[in-house]
Amino acid sequence: MNIVVPVKLVPDLVEELEIDESGAALDTTWMRLMVNEFDDHAVEQAILLKERGGGQVTILAPDAEDVDDVLFTAAAKGADRLIKITGPFEEQVNNHALARSLAAVVEELQPDLVLTGVQAHNDLDGPVGPLLAEYLGMPYVGYVSGVTASDGNVVAQKEYPGGLLAEMEVALPAVLGIQAAEEPPRYVAFSRVRQAMKSADISEQAVAELDLSGSPTVGRMFQPEAGERATMIEGDEDEVATRLVEIFKDAGVL
Amino acid sequence: MNQDIYVVVEHLRGQAADISYVMLAAARVLAQGTGGNVVAVLLGHDAQELADDLAADQVLYVDDPALAEFTSDAYEKALAGLVEENAPRAVLFGDTSIGADVAGGLSAQLELPLVSYCQSVRADDGALKFVSQICGGKIMTEGDLPDTTTLVTMIPGGFKPEEGQSAQRPEVTPVTAPALEDLRVTLKQYIEPEVGDVDISTEPILIAVGRGVQSEDDVEFAEELAEALGGAVCSSRPLVDQGWLPTARMVGKSGKRVKPKLYLAMGISGAPEHVEGIADSELIVAVNTDPDAPIFDLAQYGADIDLYDLIPALAEQIRQAKGS
Repeated sequence: MNIVVPVKLVPDLVEELEIDESGAALDTTWMRLMVNEFDDHAVEQAILLKERGGGQVTILAPDAEDVDDVLFTAAAKGADRLIKITGPFEEQVNNHALARSLAAVVEELQPDLVLTGVQAHNDLDGPVGPLLAEYLGMPYVGYVSGVTASDGNVVAQKEYPGGLLAEMEVALPAVLGIQAAEEPPRYVAFSRVRQAMKSADISEQAVAELDLSGSPTVGRMFQPEAGERATMIEGDEDEVATRLVEIFKDAGVL
Repeated sequence: MNQDIYVVVEHLRGQAADISYVMLAAARVLAQGTGGNVVAVLLGHDAQELADDLAADQVLYVDDPALAEFTSDAYEKALAGLVEENAPRAVLFGDTSIGADVAGGLSAQLELPLVSYCQSVRADDGALKFVSQICGGKIMTEGDLPDTTTLVTMIPGGFKPEEGQSAQRPEVTPVTAPALEDLRVTLKQYIEPEVGDVDISTEPILIAVGRGVQSEDDVEFAEELAEALGGAVCSSRPLVDQGWLPTARMVGKSGKRVKPKLYLAMGISGAPEHVEGIADSELIVAVNTDPDAPIFDLAQYGADIDLYDLIPALAEQIRQAKGS
């Protein structure tokens, strides 16, 4: 099976986020990016499918700082082909524009299956998956945490609230939004990534222009107001524990 | 374009989801700004009674055997014509396993703008404002709904479900479904949730662990605390994906909703998907080394201390308190 996995980089939420001078965008000066965690699950699911049934896995990513590392890491995990999409991506590109750019490249690859993360934390105009599916004329199923391939279709395990699952049969070619791979994304040692850097190639495909239509305009960004915040308990672990015991007693749970 | 606000009602196996009522409450706020009606769109088969308690001015009911259970393909086909022909001011979907599967496709197909992660809306001097929560709850984004039919996917938190319920049955207008043929997505079967040894949705004391826990063995650490306190351990998604805890212990969007007397969140950042499951807790106490973690916006008490330092000290003091 020919599987394509588009991935994107997003701000690392472990770092402090700053809003820029315009007040309507994140300050990218010191922003550290990381691969969208759900995309990481999509990569893993693609490699699991390849290990089970053979085929080829192609990873696509729009250009960004450190994107080469992300692509080489995927190669070290077992991806066969790496494509970097270059273009004016340094601006705040929205998912409609990204999905249109991806669609042009994905179409030429003629995949049986496209796997992508079900969402990213900065998808203000919807996740990439359903948009991409529509631009490609393929069906879409999201919130997927398991995929079984058979002839001409796949059975996707779709998650609903409360732990309920639905088995959806999806005709190929199709796009699936991955919530979780069947196994946790594998760890690869840096030595293997370095090896991939020597042996794997990243091919580039240029996108000349981005069509940004389809996304709202942001008027203002802000951090959730302080004041609604928790009463913070200061002190070392013993002092915090003492206060917590009092709080638990007051709440009637101790 | 007319000034009505459409709400695509979400339901699963005969039951309307809470987000449907949350959306109706949001739609009312928008419709008061536009002077239009709140129109609920109900897709299903023999499902008309689901319209009974919707706080809508009108319900458009599309009945078709192909809509008996949710599939993205059938829903999208059924909605595309309806949205295009009627051109409402906005169409609200849940930012859920149902709504998010179709809103994007409709946005691309009908070339309509899409706003997601929307938590609240308001009408402000003729403008319709949205506030979306992005970056795992760390950033709020505000803007005007674009000046054309706009699709919106909503997360809970901005409106109470009760505000979208009504004792008065709304007017129901049957709408003929388009031909739902050549569907590329079909439901094979539902798989019932795993039944765990503990039902966390009824436990009065929960010790919740998240990404701050670094290894499977450390979950034991939390178990010890739970034992001292007389509660059960539950977790956010990452630990379940790692296989460290069974799915039955997962709290949040895809997991369980809990309503304990005490929710002690250890190493949980408070991503919206998790927070969704704990909003009904009586007391939330959060421990996280990141003082900016969104969980502190929800918790009544917090401490930015390492859970590995706190747990042994806390377990010890609880044992002492119980012994005395």
